Amino acid sequence: MSTHETKGSGLKWVGRAIRRLEDPALVTGQGRFTADLPATHWVRFVRSPVAAGSIKSITFPDGARVITAADLSGVKKITPMLHKFSYRPVGQSILADGQVRYVGEPVAIAVASSEEAAEDLADLVDIDIDETAPLVDARDALADGAPQIHAEAPGNVILEGTVKTPGFDSVWDNAARIVAINARSRRQNATPMEARAGHASYDAPTGRITLTCTTQMPHLMRTAITDLLGMRESDLRVIAPDVGGGFGQKMSLCAEYVALVWLARQLKSSVAWTEDRRENLIASFHSRDQYIALEAAFDKDAKLMALRADIVSNVGAYSCFPTTSGVEPLMAMAEMPGPYDVQQYQCRARGVLTNTCTMAAYRGVSRPVITFTLERLMDKAAAAFAIDPIDIRRRNLIAKFPYTSAMGLVYDEATYKETLEMAVAAIDVPAFRARQQAARAEGRYLGVGFATFSERTGYGSPAFAARGMAITPGWETVHLTVDPSGFVEARIGSSPHGQGLRTTLAQIIADEIGVAPDLIKVIHGDTDTAPYGWGTFASRSLVISGGATLLAARKVRAKLLKIASHMLEAAPEDIVLENGSAKVAGTDRTVTIAAMAREAYTQTHRFKGEIEPGLTESGTYDPPGTFSNACHVAIVAVDVETGFVRIERFLVAEDAGRIINPMIADGQVHGGVAQGIGNALLEEIVYDESGGILTANLADYMPPTAQEMPPIELHHLETPSTQSITKAKGLGEGGSIGAPAAVVNAINDALAPFGVQIDEMPATPQRIRAALRASSSAHSRASGKPGA
Amino acid sequence: MKPAAFVRHVPKTLDEALKVLSDVAPDDGRILAGGQSLVPIMAFRLAKPAHLVDINEVEGLQHIASDGTMLSIGARVRHAAFHKPVVDGPLGALLAYVARHIAHYPIRMRGTFCGSLAHADPSSEWCLVSATLGATMVVKSTRGERLIAAADFFEGIMSTVLAEDELLAEVKLPLLSADTKFGFYEFSRRAGDFAMASALVTYRLEGGQIVDARVGVGGAEPSPRRIAEAEAALNGQAPGEDIFRATAEAAAAAVEPLEDHQTTGEYRRDLVRAVVHRALENSV
Ligand SMILES: Cc1cc2nc3c(=O)[nH]c(=O)nc-3n(C[C@H](O)[C@H](O)[C@H](O)COP(=O)(O)OP(=O)(O)OC[C@H]3O[C@@H](n4cnc5c(N)ncnc54)[C@H](O)[C@@H]3O)c2cc1C
Repeated sequence: MSTHETKGSGLKWVGRAIRRLEDPALVTGQGRFTADLPATHWVRFVRSPVAAGSIKSITFPDGARVITAADLSGVKKITPMLHKFSYRPVGQSILADGQVRYVGEPVAIAVASSEEAAEDLADLVDIDIDETAPLVDARDALADGAPQIHAEAPGNVILEGTVKTPGFDSVWDNAARIVAINARSRRQNATPMEARAGHASYDAPTGRITLTCTTQMPHLMRTAITDLLGMRESDLRVIAPDVGGGFGQKMSLCAEYVALVWLARQLKSSVAWTEDRRENLIASFHSRDQYIALEAAFDKDAKLMALRADIVSNVGAYSCFPTTSGVEPLMAMAEMPGPYDVQQYQCRARGVLTNTCTMAAYRGVSRPVITFTLERLMDKAAAAFAIDPIDIRRRNLIAKFPYTSAMGLVYDEATYKETLEMAVAAIDVPAFRARQQAARAEGRYLGVGFATFSERTGYGSPAFAARGMAITPGWETVHLTVDPSGFVEARIGSSPHGQGLRTTLAQIIADEIGVAPDLIKVIHGDTDTAPYGWGTFASRSLVISGGATLLAARKVRAKLLKIASHMLEAAPEDIVLENGSAKVAGTDRTVTIAAMAREAYTQTHRFKGEIEPGLTESGTYDPPGTFSNACHVAIVAVDVETGFVRIERFLVAEDAGRIINPMIADGQVHGGVAQGIGNALLEEIVYDESGGILTANLADYMPPTAQEMPPIELHHLETPSTQSITKAKGLGEGGSIGAPAAVVNAINDALAPFGVQIDEMPATPQRIRAALRASSSAHSRASGKPGA
Repeated sequence: MKPAAFVRHVPKTLDEALKVLSDVAPDDGRILAGGQSLVPIMAFRLAKPAHLVDINEVEGLQHIASDGTMLSIGARVRHAAFHKPVVDGPLGALLAYVARHIAHYPIRMRGTFCGSLAHADPSSEWCLVSATLGATMVVKSTRGERLIAAADFFEGIMSTVLAEDELLAEVKLPLLSADTKFGFYEFSRRAGDFAMASALVTYRLEGGQIVDARVGVGGAEPSPRRIAEAEAALNGQAPGEDIFRATAEAAAAAVEPLEDHQTTGEYRRDLVRAVVHRALENSV
C-alpha cells in the first residue's frame, strides 16, 4: 500500500523499516497495563447525573466507605494558569464541591473490595441536586444574560485572544473579492483503545506512594499531584506502564488520579480504578467543539491577501492542566493562516465555558478544524473565481523559506507545492474528472478533495512560553548508558504509548555507536528511573527526545573512540564503530564494545585524568520547532439517496524530514488518517438540551473500524530538516489534520451538481441528506428522476 | 461495567429449564442464550436480573430441520449456522445472504436466532425475516405450549408477547418455492452496526407479473412488518424500475418512522425509500 520514495539516510539503521522492538511483548499478551495490577481496594466514581446545579445532599448506607468533597478539605483545586489572553483562572475541585458543572463530574467515590462491589455501592449513593438550566452550546453561553458557570469568568469567556496586523484594514478594503465560511466542528472524544486507569499503592517502609496510571506525562503528573496534595515530590513515584493509546486525552491531569493518591495515603493500602468506556465517553476529556467564521480577501488573481477569523471554542466546564483551555482556541488563532502566503490577519479567538465535559488536547489540536475551515474556504474561493481548486492552491502556497507568518511564526522550510504536485500527479486528476463526468451521467456522484497543511512539530519551550503558559514543556533529557556487559540503555523523559519510540531511538543510537538496535533498551515511563521530562504529545518525541538521544549518543561515541584509541593504540580519527566493535579502519585490529565498556568501569585507572569512569552520558535538547507538511487527497462516492459516503481512495504526500523508520512513520500516518476519517464522517459526541450525553457507547459514538478504512497510499518526500539535529520532523498528528478537510472537500465536489455546501464535521449521512433535500435538484432526484 | 450479582442456572433438559424459569421468573429471572444483547445490557446495569437460566446446555434446542413445508430453528441455533445455506432453495440462500449483515463475526458465533426474536430489536434482521415470511413461534412454559404468528409476536421496541416464564423453543419459517425471488438491503453507517433501515422482499412471477409479493421493512418502526401498500403496488405488475420506484415510494409514505437524536422522520423515510428500492433491485 505504501510507496516509499526514501532518498536514503546513508546510514545503516536510520531509514530502515525494522520491526518494532516493543511488539513481541504486546502481540503475545505480555504487555503490562495499569488494569492488570491487583489491588486491595477498588473505587467507582459516582458522577453527576445532571449538567448544572447545586448539591443539596449526598446520602449512602451507614458504614459504607464513600468519600465526598467534605473529606478532601485541604486538597487544592486543579487551577491551570495562563499569563496572557485575559485568561481567567478557574478551579476544579477533585470532587464537586457544592456545584456540579457537567454530566459525569465526579461527586463521590465509592470504595469497596472489588470492582463489582464498588459499583454496587455506587448504585446506593444518592445525590440530591437542585438542577439549574445548563449551557451546552458555546453560542448560548456567550448570549447576554446567560448564567455564569464560574464567577471568575464573566460572560463565560475564559480567555480571549485578539490579533490584527497593522496593514489589515487597507488590504481588506481593497480586496477584489471576499469569500466567507461559517464552519462548525462537532465535539469528539479521542477514544484511546485503553480507557483511563489508575492504581495507587502505599509502601509502608518508605511511606511513598506509587501511582501507576495511563498517562502521557508521568513526571508532570507527579509534580501536579504532589502540589495539590501538599506532598514532597520524592514521596510519589508515577509509572506509565504500557499505555494503550492516548492521543492527547491522557496528557491532561485528571481529578481521578489525584483522588487515588489521596486515598492510598489515607488507607495506607492499594487502591485502583479502571474507567469504563461509558465514563470515558462522558467524562474523560473532549475536543474540537468549535465554531469558526472565516473570511478571506483575495485580489483579482485569486491571490489571498488577508484573513479574518472569529473562533469560538467550547472548552467545557473547567480548564485542563497543563495546557489550559487555551490549547484549542490559541492553537487555532496562531495557525489559522496555514500553509498560505498571507500577511494580513485579524483574529479573535475565545474559549467559552459551558456545562459540558472539559476540553483538552486531541491529536492535531484544533488544526483538523482550522485546516478543514481554511481548505473548505479555498475550495469556495476557487469556485468563486471559476478556477480549479488545485490552481488556487498553487497560487497561494508559500514557496520561499524561511517564511514568517502574519502571527510571527517562522516556517523553517516546507515543501507545500512539491507535495501538492506529487499528489496531483499520483491521482491523475484529468482521468478522475473524466470518470466523474461519466459517473454523474449514470446518477453516481464522485468527488475529489484536496487538503494542504503544515504541521508544527517538535517545538521547544519558547513556543509554549509564547502562549503565556505557566508551564512551558519543551526540552527533553536522555541518559544513555553502556553497561559493563556492553548492553545499551537509554533512559528518556518522553513517554511513548504506541509510537514505537523504543525502536526509533534505538535506531538513532545504533548508527552512532555501532551496535544493533536489539541490544539497545529504551526505558521510559517511570519517574524513579527516567530523567525528568515532558512525556509524549504534540508530535514532539522523535524530534526532541530523538535529538537529546543523538546528543547523548555522540558523547558516548566520543568516549568509546577514546577508549578504543587507548586499547587499539590508534588515533581516534582512524577508528570506526560498527557491528558492536571498534575497528582501526583498513586493518583487522578490533575491540568489542563490551570489552571497552568493561574497561570503562573496571579499569578506570588506565584512563586516569583523561576519561571519566563509567559509560553514561546525557543529552538535553530544546529545539526551536519545525514544520512538517503534507497534501491529503480523498476520492469519495456519495450515495445521494442515503447520504452515505464511501472513500474510494486516500492518498497522502508528505514531508516530515528524514524518516527514521518508514514502517513506523506510515503507521503514524495511517492511524491519524483513520481518526481524521472518523472526524470527517462518523464521530460526534451529542449532548441533549439538558446536558446529557446521547453517545455514551461505541454503537452511538462511532469511530471507524477497519472495514470503514480505505487503502491509504503514502508518498514521502524526505527533505532533511535543518532545524532538528536528527534531520527528522514530527509526523504524529498530520494524518488527523489533513484527512477531515480532504474528505469533506471531496464530498462537496461530488455534490457540486446539487449546489449544496457541507461546512460541518462530521458530515454525517443525515446532514448530507438534509442538505440535499433542501436543494431543489435533490427533490426531483429523490422522486425518481436520476440526474435531474 | 460490571453486572450486578446474579445466580446462573444451567439446566440440561427442556423440562428442567422450563421449571427453573417458572421458579425464578417472578424474581426477575431471565433466559441467557448467546448473551450478545443481554450481557451488554447487564454490564451497563440497565438490567439487573437476579437469576439467569442459561439454555446453552439444554438438549433438543440445537436443531435446524425441514419437514418439506417448514424450516424449524431451535433456540440454541447461532447466527453463524446460516453462513452457508441450511436448506436447498431460496430460503437457505435468503438466510445466508441476510446472516452476514448481522453484527460482526464473533457476535454471530454466539448470538442466537431465537434470542434475536425474543430481544426484538427494531433493527434485527431475523425479526425482519420472521415478520416478512410469516414465521410461527413455538413458545413453551410449564403451563404448556402455544404457537404465535410473527405478526402477533412483536409488541414494540424490544418487546414481545412472551410471558416471563415462557421460552421461545423454536421458530418455524415457511420454505420458499423454487421460483421465489428475494431481495434484501440494509443501511448502516458502519459495517456490522444495527441497520437504520432494512428491507426484505419476496415474490414470484406468473406470466411475467409479480404475485405473492411480500415487502418487509425493518429498523424504521418499533417492529419490522410487512407494508401492505408497497405489496399492493407490486402485485400484478411486471418488475421494472418504475414499479420499483413506486413501491419504494409507497413504503416510505406508509411507515411511521422512528426518530432519534440523529435521525429525523424525514431521513428515516429517505432510507426506507432507498432500502426498499435496492432490495427490489437485488431481487432480479
Ligand atoms: C456490537 C453488536 C452488534 C450487533 N449487531 C446486530 C445486528 O446488526 N443485527 C442484529 O439482529 N443483532 C445484532 N446484535 C445483537 C445480536 O444479534 C444478539 O445476539 C441478539 O440480539 C440476541 O441473541 P442472543 O442469543 O445473544 O440473546 P441473549 O443476549 O442471550 O438474550 C437476549 C434477550 O432475549 C431473551 N432470550 C434469549 N433467548 C430466548 C429464548 N429462546 N426464549 C425467550 N427469551 C429469550 C433473553 O432473556 C434476553 O432478554 C449485535 C450485538 C452486538 C453486541
